[in-house]
Amino acid sequence: MKKILLLAGTALALAAGTMTASAQEKLKACWVYVGPIGDFGYSYQHDQGRLQVEKELGDKVETAYLENVSEGPDAERAIERFAREGCKIVFTTSFGFMDPTIKVAKKYPDVKFEHATGFKKADNVAIYNARFYEGRYVIGQIAAKESKAGLAGYIVSFPIPEVVMGINAFMLGAQSVNPDFKVKIVWVNTWFDPGKEADAAKALFDQGADIIVQHTDSTAPLQIAEERGLKGFGQSSDMIKFAPKAQMTSIVDDWGPYYVKRVQAMLDGTWSSTDTWEGMKEGAVVLPPFANMSDETKKLAEETYAKIKSGEFHPFTGPIFDQAGAEKYPAGAVVPDGDLLGMLWYVKGVDDKLPQ
Amino acid sequence: MLEAIILTVITAATPLLLAAIGELVVERSGVLNLGVEGMMVMGAVAGFAITVSTGSPLLGIVAGLVAGLAVSLIFGFVTLTLVANQVASGLALTLFGLGLSGLLGEGFVGTPGIKLPSLSIPGLTDIPYVGRILFGQDILVYVSFALVLAVSWFLFRTRGGLVLRAVGDNHVSAHALGYKVIRVRYLAVMFGGACAGLGGAYLSIAYTPLWVENMTAGRGWIALALVVFSSWLPSRLVIGAYLFGAVTILQLHAQPLGLGVPSQFLSMLPYLATVVVLVAISGNRRATRFNTPACLGAPFVPDR
Repeated sequence: MKKILLLAGTALALAAGTMTASAQEKLKACWVYVGPIGDFGYSYQHDQGRLQVEKELGDKVETAYLENVSEGPDAERAIERFAREGCKIVFTTSFGFMDPTIKVAKKYPDVKFEHATGFKKADNVAIYNARFYEGRYVIGQIAAKESKAGLAGYIVSFPIPEVVMGINAFMLGAQSVNPDFKVKIVWVNTWFDPGKEADAAKALFDQGADIIVQHTDSTAPLQIAEERGLKGFGQSSDMIKFAPKAQMTSIVDDWGPYYVKRVQAMLDGTWSSTDTWEGMKEGAVVLPPFANMSDETKKLAEETYAKIKSGEFHPFTGPIFDQAGAEKYPAGAVVPDGDLLGMLWYVKGVDDKLPQ
Repeated sequence: MLEAIILTVITAATPLLLAAIGELVVERSGVLNLGVEGMMVMGAVAGFAITVSTGSPLLGIVAGLVAGLAVSLIFGFVTLTLVANQVASGLALTLFGLGLSGLLGEGFVGTPGIKLPSLSIPGLTDIPYVGRILFGQDILVYVSFALVLAVSWFLFRTRGGLVLRAVGDNHVSAHALGYKVIRVRYLAVMFGGACAGLGGAYLSIAYTPLWVENMTAGRGWIALALVVFSSWLPSRLVIGAYLFGAVTILQLHAQPLGLGVPSQFLSMLPYLATVVVLVAISGNRRATRFNTPACLGAPFVPDR
């Protein structure tokens, strides 16, 4: 396939490139990424999804993408450009693209849009997300089983529901094994800065944690764990190559099946505005093989993984208490999706004050 | 604990110090190169690529240096030979470097790197408390200090340094006295590029042995700010880089201690500290103006 690299010189695409496959009469599907596809994390995984669409539907579809699109006015121009250029379906893959997507969608009613991790829908805007917290519950159990200190270090980016939900799921998992398990939290206020993430990992290890968990995108914290002979978990993609002795598992986002399904629906003419929140069951959240842990831990992790996958168990099942110890959800109750998506409070046992 | 903190501070400060000492020389010659970030990231990708391909971090360091120097020559050609606007060209260099490094490094994303080994001198490195801090660093940490001393000595103790400063302070007079303004500035720009390349290579070889796009994450801009912070004096650059590194690391340590201070405020601290010191320094107006290169950013076209 002939690929042409177009570099746009305007402010719109300062550091962005677009790649188009030359073909005619094919359905054009387009992606907007917030980071570089070479981040080996979030945007990388979305692009893997795009490549899967090309692989499976390549003869009927042509794809294009814009990377490094910052959230804000630039996003609107980038999305609109795709709509004008004949994209029939546009995937906007970051939370901050929500309002721009809705705005552009109003102007181009014939184009379909899909926005990831947001909550605003329209007739031609579908939304989709992955239940990352399912993975975080499992790694919480592993951490509590494997930690000798009973203390994990947790590196986090920004205080948004997605991240807070992750911390809570991790703690609920850990507490199911060891009710006294502790976690120390460091906010680095960035999604991606390998140096800072490494420094945060060092600080947490120096303060006694022996397991590192991250909700930031680089492999740096795991590499520090490897260096010090301690353990940790990967993020967004399988990072075992960077830490063969330290990574116990990772939480991998696999967007491919969803993208293929949605583009296929476009080809079939059956596309409709949907609200999709897929998890382990649908294969959107995948845990790479469990490694570097005792057989007992592995067995427990595999069991929980299987239970969540089959829908038998939901990580946010009551009783759940807030930090002050008040019961938020009674025993047996499952936290509704709407509450999860707006979660901005910690469960009992998290020793941190949520930045406001 | 204190030892651990100091060790982390050193790794955080070294890339800043390396890039900033080069830019200090560039600015002393009267050229403002805002492309430090771009040169650093080129150094990072080249250093990583060569380290992984050859298996030798030392060759990687050399490659980083050469890559930084090579892109600085583009800037030199555009601003010194073609006399283009330095601010615009510097910004363009940053964007160019970020883009090109992403393209060149595409094949290396997701490849584990090789870490630059730390020095280990039997006996000395094992001294409790100070042994690892003084004798257990990687080679680039010592290089950064050696560079500061060398630049300080060169600028204020040698004839060459006097010429460089004269070119930066008044290029017309320097030209009238027969000094090759353009040549001096080319050499300064190349030195700056090489240092920024080293700083970038430090990131991808010693700090976090990996390659990902934009991995410099704004460190080039901090290096630029540190040069102003130092009021163009190499010794103050060390203070600036280590102060910035120390506050950055301390805030990461302070957070999990649960002091109840909002994390956003702690993240702001390194920058706040820099601003406070900057204000304190600029209190002495005369000294500041004395050290500021008078022709900073001004283009020079020799009259024939």
